[in-house]
Amino acid sequence: MTAIEVDTSGPTAPPRRNGELVFDAPWEGRAFGLCLAVLEREGLGWDDFRPHLVAAIADAPDHTYYEQLAVALDAFLTARGLT
Amino acid sequence: MSEDHHHPLEQSPIEQRVHALEELLVEKGYVTHEAIDAIVQRYEESIGPMNGARVVARAWTDPAYRERLLADGTAAIAELGFGGPEGDHMVVVENTEQVHNLVVCTLCSCYPWPVLGLPPDWYKSAPYRSRAVREPRALLREMGTDLPDDVDVRVWDSSAEVRYLVLPQRPPGTEGLGEEALAALVTRDAMIGVAR
Repeated sequence: MTAIEVDTSGPTAPPRRNGELVFDAPWEGRAFGLCLAVLEREGLGWDDFRPHLVAAIADAPDHTYYEQLAVALDAFLTARGLT
Repeated sequence: MSEDHHHPLEQSPIEQRVHALEELLVEKGYVTHEAIDAIVQRYEESIGPMNGARVVARAWTDPAYRERLLADGTAAIAELGFGGPEGDHMVVVENTEQVHNLVVCTLCSCYPWPVLGLPPDWYKSAPYRSRAVREPRALLREMGTDLPDDVDVRVWDSSAEVRYLVLPQRPPGTEGLGEEALAALVTRDAMIGVAR
């Protein structure tokens, strides 16, 4: 199984250290995993999710990356009629 | 502080929201907890410079493997179970006393994901991409690697077709270390060539 390529630079790239993803709390990993599980299941890529993430970042620029990602995921699921 | 410490397991609203989304999609049979576990684990543990570090440590301890690695990087890396998109044509270049190798992608940010994980932000920056070619010694010095004048610097430009991995020199004084202990010494920067 191949990995979905996530962004590696700019505000939509997940935080990382020495090339590895950094989750400050378990729920951040769950949010990331859920997001990629949905993309895989739908046969989509990061490109399809990015606009929602960009919007969530613009709405709450001072929130953490995974707070923004969680909001974006919620919006993405709603937009695709999955929730 | 607030009274939060009396309820250490209480979830923040965002945490609750993520949890609720996961439960909802699992209940619908759309995803499973196990699938999410596997994805998180894959990104946390299988995608990152530790894969490249294992390749380097194997090459340091197994001369026959080192030969295969330098002859056909893709195949030797696949022996350890690493490969796939963004790593399907790997060339491994070896540092010696006389030669230091540096990897760049002048066009964009081609990078060997399966062995090095996600690239650092500076790898994609315009200054790194241009200076690695124009003045690699000065760039390396600024990044903390001051090379003696008699060491040749070779710069390798990655592309969509070929991705490079630097095989650093085994540090002196590590003769007694096993493969796993050696792998822990190998850094991402050394495998890009910005560290010695």
